[in-house]
Amino acid sequence: MNRAPIPTVYELSVSGRQGADLPLCDVPQTQLPMSLLRSDCALPELSQIEVVRHYLALSQRNFGVDSGFYPLGSCTMKYNPKANEEIARIPAFADTHPLQRPETAQGNLALMYELQHWLAEIGGFAAVSLQPSAGAHGEFTGLLMMRAYHRERGDFGRTRILIPDSAHGTNPASSTMAGFVAVELPSDTRGNIDLEAVQAACDDSVAGIMLTNPNTLGLFEEHIEKVVHLVHQCGGLVYGDGANMNALVGVARPGDLGFDVMHYNLHKTFATPHGGGGPGAGPVGVSARLAEFLPGPVIGRRVEGQSERYVAIEPKKSIGRVSTHFGNFGMFVRAYAYIRRHGAAGLRANSEHAVLNANYLRVKLRDAYKLPFDRINMHEFVCQGSIEDTGVRALDVSKRLLDYGFHPPTNYFPLIVPEALMIEPTETESKPTLDAFAAAMHEIAREARSDSALVKTAPHETPVRRLDEVRAARQLVLTDRAATRGATTRSTQAGNK
Amino acid sequence: MSYVPHTDAERREMLATLGVSRIDALFDDVPAHVRFPKLSLPPPLSELEILPEMQRLAARNAAVDPTLSFLGAGTYHHFRPATVDYVLSRGEFYTSYTQYQPEVSQGMLQALFEYQSMVCALTGMEVSNASHYDGATALAEAVLLALSVGGGKRNKIILSPVINPQYRAVIRTYLRGTHAATLRGDEDAIDGLEQLKSLLDADCAALVVQNPNFFGQCEAMDGLAEAAHRVGSLLIVLADPIALGMFKSPGEYGADIVVADGQSLGIPPSFGGPHLGILAARMVHVRRMSGHLVGETVDADGRRGYVLTLATREQHIRRAKATSNICTNAAVCALGAAAYLATMGKRGLGQVAELCYHKSHYAAAEIGKLKGFVVNPQAPSQPFFKEFVVRLPRPVAEVNRHLQERHGIVGGYDLATDYPHLEQHMLLAVTEVHPRASIDRLVQALSELSS
Repeated sequence: MNRAPIPTVYELSVSGRQGADLPLCDVPQTQLPMSLLRSDCALPELSQIEVVRHYLALSQRNFGVDSGFYPLGSCTMKYNPKANEEIARIPAFADTHPLQRPETAQGNLALMYELQHWLAEIGGFAAVSLQPSAGAHGEFTGLLMMRAYHRERGDFGRTRILIPDSAHGTNPASSTMAGFVAVELPSDTRGNIDLEAVQAACDDSVAGIMLTNPNTLGLFEEHIEKVVHLVHQCGGLVYGDGANMNALVGVARPGDLGFDVMHYNLHKTFATPHGGGGPGAGPVGVSARLAEFLPGPVIGRRVEGQSERYVAIEPKKSIGRVSTHFGNFGMFVRAYAYIRRHGAAGLRANSEHAVLNANYLRVKLRDAYKLPFDRINMHEFVCQGSIEDTGVRALDVSKRLLDYGFHPPTNYFPLIVPEALMIEPTETESKPTLDAFAAAMHEIAREARSDSALVKTAPHETPVRRLDEVRAARQLVLTDRAATRGATTRSTQAGNK
Repeated sequence: MSYVPHTDAERREMLATLGVSRIDALFDDVPAHVRFPKLSLPPPLSELEILPEMQRLAARNAAVDPTLSFLGAGTYHHFRPATVDYVLSRGEFYTSYTQYQPEVSQGMLQALFEYQSMVCALTGMEVSNASHYDGATALAEAVLLALSVGGGKRNKIILSPVINPQYRAVIRTYLRGTHAATLRGDEDAIDGLEQLKSLLDADCAALVVQNPNFFGQCEAMDGLAEAAHRVGSLLIVLADPIALGMFKSPGEYGADIVVADGQSLGIPPSFGGPHLGILAARMVHVRRMSGHLVGETVDADGRRGYVLTLATREQHIRRAKATSNICTNAAVCALGAAAYLATMGKRGLGQVAELCYHKSHYAAAEIGKLKGFVVNPQAPSQPFFKEFVVRLPRPVAEVNRHLQERHGIVGGYDLATDYPHLEQHMLLAVTEVHPRASIDRLVQALSELSS
């Protein structure tokens, strides 16, 4: 394997090169405002083929779902259909301007109207706004709506949000941003939120609760209806973190369970690509009593005689915009195509098979790894990744998996399970892939006992070995030194390290 | 249809491993009365059928010819070199997740590290995050950062009223969760930077300006940072990344935080999203910044490599005490912007900026010759970049209908939407994608409305 560092764009830069040409100026030139101009701009200078080879080389050192099995818990790394990428690039979608007159964008507005409607149907909600750009953004939006709801009723004392200790870190972070105090509640011995703790916490200072269901242990909350009832009884609202919705499409509608708000992760459940971290989309669905608080605009349909017209509508008590325009429209196109491809039965089949695959892997790993909650799980499950008496930890197992060509599961989350490995295979993985992954996990457990150093120093087969994260944080290097040296000279060191 | 690969035999075998006979037996924890609802959704389509279905939907939009569209106001038609979509189409990049396993994510990490470096070069800042959702949310996060620097003691944010109105709306939403901040400028009748400066006092956490401003004008920034710093406030500048190809960087005139929407850097307008939030700052603020940061380090053999760093700022570690709740960002758009900047390079970006400058000035000059049309009536001698204001002899809606229906031209943005006193004022954007013939066609079409 070639392990030489790939030179940076700055190291490749040679003064005078240019990767794209532009037309000559075909209008009379205007005098430039000299006092406002910059003298230099330290961008790199490459030829076009150098740009292409550079990024191709970088892509070859990156692992995506297209590269192999990616069982990253709570992230739903399912197959991203290629047709949807082609569809999102249709010029009549991609080149449309968000401020063009609505009469000229009826296709886009119709698409968003239908997607709102379908998401509401899938989640059991009265209304949906597509505007939030990510799951955490949807959480923030939902919490601001909850805040506005209480305040509108003259109820200013509701300052606390209840959050189970198994929750994603975004839940407490979003609560803080929305001006609430996050109150952490324990889990019980079966992995549910502790019912007694919920009961004890419920009073008139509770604005609501944030629940992930199935929770981050991959377990369907066994007392979900009681929890919802307790929170509603004390005047609070129930927020659903839709990160784990891939277990529930066509299986159960959070709105039917009494949830008041939920965000959907289009980049998880509806297969829009994760993009190396983004962009995603985090639409929010709400029950009727919160509909007027949604961030606007939402899309409505007006029927006049034979013709229908789609219009942008500002909800009456809207919390205001959370991003510009309508949100991440390019993601809506992909999610629309995905739902349209599947229909109701196909979507339910996806959730069923996501759950089947996760349970199958749990049973396959049972003999080699400790399962803190060994019962039927939903779309993901958590095992302990440490191997007793060997000093091998979850992190080591994860790194060794890289040598076997698999992306590791989520490490050390949820926080309530020591040495957690959180495994979410998704429905698009085949039985042979799951079998191969299980075989590798068993082999690693054997290696831990026979040659623990091999596992502890893994990975061995990747372009770089374990990276010094402490050094990265202590000696912060956040920009290329070659950029500040000036992009005019080619570094003779490039590629020779 | 689904993308589930299982054969019936495989499924049976897997169910047998679990000791159940039917897949729905796995859902007994779901309360029976809500289990397996009947969803009312349209029937499925095959891959062969979906493409024409989506094309039919797209065809309900008016066909767009970017060379005949003069809408801007924050979203722009610019040249997108083919290298960008080539890079964005690599499955290794776009089907990956955040780089929590750096050994198999070096490609994206290095690309984002290079993106951070290029953003710093453009903005004159010392640290850039690895992207935010879009320009508006990045600006809102910058405001929250400034409030955090103020340590809860500084409660005031001064917003220039000529910042993109939707951005100001997003900031107002973001501040709903804070009890501290009050906005000035945004809600006052403020005209010009001098008046904004007069609002500065010891209660101010940040002065926020856009340059070029929402009307396309390049205001003199001299003395602004000094005035802000004199009272202990930060200066936040919302910039246009293309303009930075020729104009002084905000770093050069003393900005503390620079924000931009990076859509112009090779990303399609896509009806408003996904775009790219650029957020860069002075190094002193690095620990209060939101979002991922990529840092250089070495591996166990001493080879250069990259990792996500300073994660202790982030929600998955700090939870309720995190600097922000952001997790998902716009990484692949940052990758696209990096590929764009690497392709255009120093000279290419400068050429794009100058073409925008000359072409917008040509359009403005020609429109200004038409009877009844006045260009930049509020600031006729102010330099501007790729956008300018035109006072029209007719209502904006009427002019735009005329342009679209008679000439297939998408006209400008109606400024009265946000500024009631600017009735019959339109904001037009002219960039390098507009050949002279398109501009002349616009001028000709407008001349038919000349009074």
